[in-house]
Amino acid sequence: MRHLLDTVHLSREDAIRILDVAETMSDVSGREVKKLPALRGRTVVNLFFEDSTRTRISFEAAAKRLSADVINFAAKGSSVSKGESLKDTAQTLQAIGADAVVIRHPASGAAQRLAHTDWIDAAVVNAGDGTHAHPTQALLDALTLRRELASRAGVEPTGRGLDGAHVVIVGDVLHSRVARSDVWLMHTLGATVTLVSPPTLLPVGIEAWPCEVEYDLDRALAAGPDAVMMLRVQAERMRGAFFPSVAEYTRRWGLGDARLEALPEHAIVMHPGPMNRGLEISAAAADSTRSRVLDQVSAGVAVRMAVLYIVLSGAQQPEGA
Amino acid sequence: MSHTPTRRQHGAAREVLSAAEIDRALTRIAHEIVETTKGGDELVLLGIPRRGVHLAARLATRLAAITGREASEFLGSLDVTMYRDDLRHVAARTPAPTRLPAGGIDARTVVLVDDVLFSGRTIRAALDALNDLGRPAAVRLAVLVDRGHRELPIRADHVGKNLPTSTSESVRVEVAELDGSDRVLITDAPRPENGGAAA
Repeated sequence: MRHLLDTVHLSREDAIRILDVAETMSDVSGREVKKLPALRGRTVVNLFFEDSTRTRISFEAAAKRLSADVINFAAKGSSVSKGESLKDTAQTLQAIGADAVVIRHPASGAAQRLAHTDWIDAAVVNAGDGTHAHPTQALLDALTLRRELASRAGVEPTGRGLDGAHVVIVGDVLHSRVARSDVWLMHTLGATVTLVSPPTLLPVGIEAWPCEVEYDLDRALAAGPDAVMMLRVQAERMRGAFFPSVAEYTRRWGLGDARLEALPEHAIVMHPGPMNRGLEISAAAADSTRSRVLDQVSAGVAVRMAVLYIVLSGAQQPEGA
Repeated sequence: MSHTPTRRQHGAAREVLSAAEIDRALTRIAHEIVETTKGGDELVLLGIPRRGVHLAARLATRLAAITGREASEFLGSLDVTMYRDDLRHVAARTPAPTRLPAGGIDARTVVLVDDVLFSGRTIRAALDALNDLGRPAAVRLAVLVDRGHRELPIRADHVGKNLPTSTSESVRVEVAELDGSDRVLITDAPRPENGGAAA
C-alpha cells in the first residue's frame, strides 16, 4: 500500500491488515517506553489546511511513537496566506525530503491530487479532504467496534471483520466525510449500515451507496443496532437552511436521554468529535458507560501508527533512487 | 508428537529432523535451561514469532513439569518486527503481539526462543526490543537449529541441532500448530518470504 486516500478502494484484506497492525501498536501505548524504532530517520509532514485538534495531535503522536521526525504545517501563518499554491507547497516539502505527507484540506480530492501528480514522491495519507473522505477516522471507528464485538463474543479481535454487525449512522451525512468513509469501510468489512438523516442532509446519489437510508431515528434504533454513531452538525459548512430549527433537529435526530434509555443492552455510542453537546448528542449520552468517544481517540493513535508504518515500510522504491 | 518419524523427500526438500528428534531436542534444552538458571525460579521464556512462540510453549510445558511452576507465570512472546534492520528493504511485515508474563522481565533471566539461528539479525532486533521493555538480569538464547553464517557477533546458549548448510540452501522448521506436522527440512530453494527460515 503506497497511499491511503479513501476507503472505497480499500480491500477487505488490506483493511483487516491495518486493524491487526493497529492492535499490536496499541500495546505500545500501555508500556513505559512508548516508542518503536520502525520509522527512525523518516520525515512525516502534517500538512493541515483546515483546523483540527484530535486528528493532528493523533497523527503527531503516532509518528513520534514510531520514531519519525515530525514537521507540523498549518496553513494559517504560512506562505499559503500569501497565496502559495498546493503545488508550490508540495514541491517545497519534496525539497525538504518528506517521506510521508499527512494532508487535511477543505477541498475534496486534494489528497488524490497530491498522490497522483509528480509534485512529490512521498506517501500520502488523507486526513480529511472536504466532504470526500477521512479514511483513518473510519478505520478507528472499525477498530473500536471490532474490539467491542470481539469482547462480547469472548474472542481475540485479530483477523476478523465486522461481519453481521449493524451500525446506525445519524445526522449530517451531506457534509460528512466521516460518514462516507465509514459506510464503505463497514460495508467492506461485512457490517450493515443504516444512515438516518433529515432528507435535506442526504447527498445526491445516496441510492448508490452500500447502505440503507431511514428518516426516522426511533424506527432505526428499534431494529437493535450494535452501534450508534452520531455525526456532528457541521454548521461551518452550511450555507443554507437545512432544518427548521436546532430544537427540532435535536428532537427528531438527536441522541437524547430517552433514546439512550431505549437502546438495546449491548449497543455502544460513538461520535467522531468534536461533539456539539445538547445538539446532536446529549451530555448524558456522551458521558454514559455506553459511550466509546475516548476509546475512539486512543484507537486513533494506534490506527495512524499502523497506517504510517504500512505506507512507509517495505521496498516501494528502488534503493538509492 | 507421537507422530512416527518418516523421512520424506519433497522435491529438493530433505528432512533433517523428525518429530521425535525435535521432541528429544526440546526436552534436552528444557533440562539445560533449568540447570543453567539454577532451578528456573527467576526464568522468563520469550518466544519470537511466529514459530519460536510455539517452540517456547512446548519448552514451557516441559519446564513446568520439571520446576512445578505454572507455565503462564514465565511464558511470553516477543515481537521484533518494529526493530528489524530491513524494514525499508523488504515488503512490510505484519507485527505480531508481544505478551509478557505478569511479573515483567526486570531482574529476571530471559531465555529467547527461536526456530532457526542464521544471520543473527533477528536476535539483534530482539535484544533492542527487550531494552524497551525492561532490564533483565541476563539474556540467553535457545534455538532449535543453528545453521551458521552469522553476520553479527551473536551465539546461542542452547541449540537443538547444529546444521552445517550452504547459503543457497533454505532451512524450514515446521511445527504441528501451523504446518500440520513437526519436522525440519533443508531445501535448495531461496528462503521463503517471512517463512520459518527467517533468521
